[in-house]
Amino acid sequence: MAGGKEIRTKIKSVQNTQKITRAMEMVAAAKMRKAQDRMRTSRPYGEKMRVVAAHMSRAHPEYTHPFMSAREGAKRIGIIVVSSDKGLCGGLNTNVQRLALGKIKGWEKEGTAVDAAAIGNKGLGFLQRLGANVVSSVTGLGDTPHLDALIGPVKVMLDAYSEGKLDALYLFYTKFINTMKQEPVMEQLLPLTSEKLAGNDGIWDYIYEPDAKNVIDLVLRRYIEALIYQAVAENMASEQSARMVAMKAASDNAGNVIGELKLIYNKTRQAAITKELAEIVAGAAAVG
Amino acid sequence: MAMTMQVDIVSAEKTYFSGLAEFIAAPSILGEVGVYPRHAPMLTRLKPGSVRVKKAMSDEEELVYVSGGILEVQPDVVTVLADSAIRGADLDEAKALEAKRRAEEAMKDKAAAYEFARAEAELAEAVAQLAAIQKLRKRR
Repeated sequence: MAGGKEIRTKIKSVQNTQKITRAMEMVAAAKMRKAQDRMRTSRPYGEKMRVVAAHMSRAHPEYTHPFMSAREGAKRIGIIVVSSDKGLCGGLNTNVQRLALGKIKGWEKEGTAVDAAAIGNKGLGFLQRLGANVVSSVTGLGDTPHLDALIGPVKVMLDAYSEGKLDALYLFYTKFINTMKQEPVMEQLLPLTSEKLAGNDGIWDYIYEPDAKNVIDLVLRRYIEALIYQAVAENMASEQSARMVAMKAASDNAGNVIGELKLIYNKTRQAAITKELAEIVAGAAAVG
Repeated sequence: MAMTMQVDIVSAEKTYFSGLAEFIAAPSILGEVGVYPRHAPMLTRLKPGSVRVKKAMSDEEELVYVSGGILEVQPDVVTVLADSAIRGADLDEAKALEAKRRAEEAMKDKAAAYEFARAEAELAEAVAQLAAIQKLRKRR
């Protein structure tokens, strides 16, 4: 059995680890609340955008934007993988990567090439390890998502689609359901599916300024950006929740380990005392 | 009571204004447009500038600065979908290139074009912001 001193050092080290995980848990909890608020504040914009895009798709039948027309037999597919910049957040990134990996393998089997864009450090690393063709990336987003940072990588994909280099565009991210539950999801961004825009009726058209083509193009691009922004905001809320839960589990585990170690330590100490007493008694008996 | 319409001014990152209004003026790309309730449906691009909202049942006016976006008008609802970032065709293009460049990990040389386009767009926004501030001052 290990000596008392070794066990004491071990307990100390586990206690230190527990302090760190507990601090991280509290930080994540505070950040989570903010991230959830941000996720909610970005919803009205996305919702309004959706309504406008829906109106437009109904109102303007004579001009079909390339974003709205479905293409037969996709040859090259674009994917955007949203992930966190930092680790220590449980299975969050692994889950979304597993989902993406399954889809990528499926497409490759069908002979479809895949172009990828990475938002977040972990996703970038994953795609590079995979040997995927990463065409654009953005990392180091911090705790607040800024649309500013997303414009670049999104534009690369949208332009590739407009030029006909891509036939479809998918988005992978972790959907925030509640604090305990986050789900990796895949969403089709392009071509825009009609069910996403459904919900409005009536035959009327807008007055477009400066011209219909120009405005429709702008609205659809902004709409896609809003969807991606929303996904990033959700992913950040998911990240903080996942981290909080993971760190709470780690703190609890550390507590269990400390409990067990203390038990062993006390047993060792008791055994040493008993042994000493037995020796003294035996010695006294021999003398007497 | 004067006729009113629902006005929402939102960007991806926040909601600036939401409520009933009697009148709204916005900087369209072809010049400032004023919208009263029961306006015909309209969709237009906005350039950087300030959106003026005359709130219902008060003499107060709300002034919101936008750096571009989209104005959607329906008879009873007006929505301003404001851009939350400084935008511009050159700047967007530069950002796309930047993202590509990052992916290729040619992290060494700074793209000068990017810096220039950014400065240009920032200047345009600063000028528009100044104009908005001056408008505000005049009213006080």
